[in-house]
Amino acid sequence: MLLDLFYSLRKARLPVSVTEYLTLLEALDRQVVAGSLDDFYFLCRSALIKDERLFDRFDQVFSAYFKGRELSLQELFGIDDLTRIPEEWLRRQAERYLSDEERQQIESLGGFDELMKALQDRLREQQEAHHGGNKYIGTGGTSPFGAYGYNPEGVRFGQDNGRHGRAVKVWERREFRNLDGSVELGTRNIKLALRQLRRFARTGAAEELDLDGTIGATARNAGMLDLQLVPERRNATKLLLFLDVGGSMQPFVSICEELFSAARSEFKHLEHFYFHNCIYENVWTDNRTRHSARIPTTQILHTYSADYRVIFVGDATMSPYEILMPGGSVEHWNEEAGAIWMQRLLTAYPHAMWLNPQAESRWPLVPSIMLLHKLMSGRMAPVTLEGLERGIRMLRQASSTPPAMSSVTDNGR
Amino acid sequence: MRFSGTDSYIATTDLTMAVNAAIVLQRPLLIKGEPGTGKTQLAVEVARALDRPLIEWHVKSTSKARQGLYEYDAVARLRDSQLGDARVHDIANYIIKGKLWEAFEAEVQPVLLIDEIDKADIEFPNDLLQELDKMEFYVYETRQTVRARHRPIIIITSNNEKELPDAFLRRCFFHFIRFPDEAVMAEIVRVHFPGLKKRLLQEAMASFFELRELPGLKKKPSTSELLDWIKLLVADDIPPEALRDPDTQKAVPKLYGALLKNEQDMQLFERLVFLNRRGK
Repeated sequence: MLLDLFYSLRKARLPVSVTEYLTLLEALDRQVVAGSLDDFYFLCRSALIKDERLFDRFDQVFSAYFKGRELSLQELFGIDDLTRIPEEWLRRQAERYLSDEERQQIESLGGFDELMKALQDRLREQQEAHHGGNKYIGTGGTSPFGAYGYNPEGVRFGQDNGRHGRAVKVWERREFRNLDGSVELGTRNIKLALRQLRRFARTGAAEELDLDGTIGATARNAGMLDLQLVPERRNATKLLLFLDVGGSMQPFVSICEELFSAARSEFKHLEHFYFHNCIYENVWTDNRTRHSARIPTTQILHTYSADYRVIFVGDATMSPYEILMPGGSVEHWNEEAGAIWMQRLLTAYPHAMWLNPQAESRWPLVPSIMLLHKLMSGRMAPVTLEGLERGIRMLRQASSTPPAMSSVTDNGR
Repeated sequence: MRFSGTDSYIATTDLTMAVNAAIVLQRPLLIKGEPGTGKTQLAVEVARALDRPLIEWHVKSTSKARQGLYEYDAVARLRDSQLGDARVHDIANYIIKGKLWEAFEAEVQPVLLIDEIDKADIEFPNDLLQELDKMEFYVYETRQTVRARHRPIIIITSNNEKELPDAFLRRCFFHFIRFPDEAVMAEIVRVHFPGLKKRLLQEAMASFFELRELPGLKKKPSTSELLDWIKLLVADDIPPEALRDPDTQKAVPKLYGALLKNEQDMQLFERLVFLNRRGK
């Protein structure tokens, strides 16, 4: 029976292994859980799922699996004697015997918000300790507030051990939704992802004692000390960052800021340039002086060597003319089409990728995104944690020459 | 032998479940969570609750898995040999025991904390797999096998700076300490400051959670910061009203320095307070 759960988890592409499944069985065998379904849920999660980003998916599978299955919990734990029947199951039974009137009363307070508002009011009204009854906060009774009572929507106070469990089950609350890997990321996450780009190399002056080398050399030197020094290990990755600014990028400013600040602290060799919509003959490094202090794109091509990695950040959302046509730029008259400049950059820097803050599902709907996607030979990733990791992988492998202009335009239409 | 929190540490049901499962099945327990939610503290409290010695191994970016087992101090031996010291003839004199060895040798089953395992090199956890699984390792220099007398209770914390290898994860129980909700937080404050006035607690909690909700904060204050802050409030004998009153100019910088650790956050907060005042 538990095997079904195991396979539904695998089907949801959760990385649960046989070892972990056996650990879970062993834990059940050693009676780590007292018998409530909540405990069982916590145990499963702790034994099977090792990444908080997957908790939400686990909750969903668990919830789907146990919906309407409470009665077979007995089977699940493989027990016969009644004393060990899970508490949850008993609770369900008890609920069955509540009269309709009682049910109605309980439902009468409406949703959760209602409940919290009522709670505040009650707190104001109530002055002394209260036990029993069905309105005020205390113990026993059927008021929604207090401990050791019954109300499916209840709010519980200071009760150490769940008596009825909770109204909304833990796994149904989906509290870990925010941690899902496909959501957008903060500076810290970005740094982590960027760290995969690190390539350590020993460069510069030799100033660190090479212990192994020293010992080896000393041994060869018949025991007389022979000190060996090596340069310190440094992150040798070099990065060029091209950031789209203005216009349609406005909603993504904060995420780009985060990306930028993470990248800046992570790489020693980082140069950044701004562009608008598409790369043309000029870029700039300071947005305040963007019209006066421009840097010719050719200068970049000549300054930075081919071992630089290139990351473009932009939503790539524009008119296709801005990419394909000379003079297509919305800001100035460009002699050559944006696509040609893109191709020049991509030829000069084989390691490149495009980060697009637009949701990936929207890409096929925007012709200009698909155009750039083709220009980049598919090396475009969304700005999510998963997307960034994917992008970094694309960046690691050098690409062949960018596709010819004609093939891009033909398919783009 | 069950762990259920201590008088100074509030453990939620799911946390105690994970700890107990790890203890019963003798598997390492991996703990993750926001900074300041008591990951490291957990090991201290488990050791205290179960009355076991605590062995702490704080991992740094330069830590190697070997250092947890033992280190061979070749340089000391080299020096001794050049000075003609008699110690040099026994290699065992230059074997320095690591934390793991210490834990394996302990008289009673200890609690071993491997703190911030993600700080170390990516291969670090993999290098410890065999040792944590079999609870034994081999010392090449002296040709002896060190076996654990009692399998230690192992608690490992991680700050998510690196992905841990799958093979390592498969052998652990895992728990993610969530940021406590208000009820649990009130409980936590209560065990740390039993005599705290109710009004002050309410006001402090309200401002604290309000502050956490502030959009655009770079670093949200967490449990340890709240506790520090309340300590300050109590030490200065600040009346509860002062926290609510936006006009108490003197209160702002002193009090919130404990909660906000970043100058941009501080500026953001001051700006909001300022706007708030003007609005009144």
